[in-house]
Amino acid sequence: MTIDWQQALRRHGLIAAFGLFLAVVAVGADGFLTLGNILDVLRQVSITGTIALGVTFVVVTGRLDLSVGSMLTLLTVIVVDQHNVVGPVGAVALTLLAGLAIGAVNGVLVGLLRLNALIVTLAMLSLLQGVTLWYSGGSNVNVAGAGETWFAVFGRGTLFGVPVPVLIFLGGAVVASFFLKRTEFGRAVHAVGGNETASRFSGIATARTVAAAYVVSGLATAIAAIIMGSRVMGAQNTIGQGYELTVLAGIILGGTSLMGGSGSIWRTVIGITMLGFIQNGLLLLGYEYYVQWLVSWVVIIAAVWLDLAAKRGRVLA
Amino acid sequence: MTALAARTRGAAADWLLRNHIWLFLALAVAVFSMASPYFLTVNNLSNVLTQAAFIGILAVGMTMVMINGEIDLSVGATLALASALAIGLQPAIGVWPAVFAGFLSGVALGALNGTLVALSGMHSFIVTLGGLIGIRGLVFVYTGEQALMIEDFAYTEIPEVYLGPLSLTALIFLALAALFQWVLTGTRHGRETYAVGDNIAAAHDAGIRIKRHKIINFTICGALAAIAGILLSMRLGTAEPNAGRIWELWTIIAVVLGGTRLAGGYGSMWMTVGGVLTLAVLRNGLRLLNTPNYVELMVMGSVLILALGLDRVLAARKGAA
Repeated sequence: MTIDWQQALRRHGLIAAFGLFLAVVAVGADGFLTLGNILDVLRQVSITGTIALGVTFVVVTGRLDLSVGSMLTLLTVIVVDQHNVVGPVGAVALTLLAGLAIGAVNGVLVGLLRLNALIVTLAMLSLLQGVTLWYSGGSNVNVAGAGETWFAVFGRGTLFGVPVPVLIFLGGAVVASFFLKRTEFGRAVHAVGGNETASRFSGIATARTVAAAYVVSGLATAIAAIIMGSRVMGAQNTIGQGYELTVLAGIILGGTSLMGGSGSIWRTVIGITMLGFIQNGLLLLGYEYYVQWLVSWVVIIAAVWLDLAAKRGRVLA
Repeated sequence: MTALAARTRGAAADWLLRNHIWLFLALAVAVFSMASPYFLTVNNLSNVLTQAAFIGILAVGMTMVMINGEIDLSVGATLALASALAIGLQPAIGVWPAVFAGFLSGVALGALNGTLVALSGMHSFIVTLGGLIGIRGLVFVYTGEQALMIEDFAYTEIPEVYLGPLSLTALIFLALAALFQWVLTGTRHGRETYAVGDNIAAAHDAGIRIKRHKIINFTICGALAAIAGILLSMRLGTAEPNAGRIWELWTIIAVVLGGTRLAGGYGSMWMTVGGVLTLAVLRNGLRLLNTPNYVELMVMGSVLILALGLDRVLAARKGAA
């Protein structure tokens, strides 16, 4: 049996590079590859990661969702504020509903009305920022009696030593992966991203599939907002700013193409986790926190370029 | 008779398709003039223009890149780096060399973005998303997270030159828009920029050197972001490491509002100036009316979606006619 190295590199190059990176940092920093630190990193990426699970559906349809950062802010403000009004159960339910509703608005505009996804979600970024300020009146919100509410479990709890947010993120990944890979909806998502015209002619309801992908993205963001609200027990009006770009960076790093049609939940999990380990590793090595941005720049460009080069068999376009 | 009427209607729809942003602007100006006595004054409008100029200069560069069929998300970070260098290097090398160094940083980063896009074949969204993250990192490394202050306040007097009601900053914005409108329509580079954005495969077959045009346009975009950053450093007298954060998004909103298409091949500086002014007038007018900040954000989002819908309707009507 011969091994096709190019094929192997193409399929597993990312994991190999990730392993290499972990090894290099582990040599330089004590305590990097300990269970405690790994769980710490996973906990830190659980919010971005959970959002990314939903956004992956949108990206696989060949579209973008830039509104998730603003959405995260609004939903975190809602869950924290409503906790004081209707209690934890009602707050969680309302937040999930609000996330589904905002996702549906995106879905109608992009899916059914066929407006440009980048611009629509950019407009929603601004609009939702406005709604947040309107809702909160511009002030920060806090959970009253943060010490005694069971709501703390989502962000601060642990189960058998594993932080609950990590369980939500990884459990969500298993569920999302099942839906994206094994269901009719997931196959439709891939088909629409691969070739929209062909999928329409094959009888796939393309508009509804795209709309549903945005609803998934809204739901994932709502779950992330519940983790965030529970972790912080409060919310500022800028708490989610910039998350949309970190989420996209992680998805891209994982190797999911922005052109749509390809990509998987596990790639997203690896990409987001990689960003987390880069941040954590550099901090452990003693670098300032902003050095991770420089390294992320290089890693993103290098990873995507290598992926492209492997696919076309040439380095240059 | 009916044929003539139909043709007139077609021509009107065509004009509207190209200029709907100026209609929007006229409407906004009319509404705010009636609503606030302070709006339609020379002083206020001159202020609006100066405030619009920063996003405006970014938007001129973004328009070049977008007509070319690409996007540049890194302009806000590039602006911040140029502004930090222009102030931070002054004690070491003097005012104008520092300003020049700031400008060069924009040229270099723009050229880097363009070269990466052209050589790798990666989507510019990815390349410049990386740039947005990394260049902000450069700014933080250079400034050490501190806001840099100028020592000699003569620096802040430099842009305080007025031609009638127009500030130097506003004049630079308008001059750059005019210059690049000429580049777009009067030079080979401009015409081929449209061709590449419209249909890259056809442009390639026609022997157009696609990579060169992309690199040039990204370099222009970076250079203009640096100019905006330098002017901002002169206006504020400080350079904050977080300056220009999410300005790339406002810039894209302004350009698209004007009518330039994200898909490439269609648009003009004339449209972009309209989009930039409309955004600035909306902001200023709503503030004069004492509306809370959130109304501004909601109006901006709604107007953008409306503009997109209007563009779709007009384009469909024109296609049918």
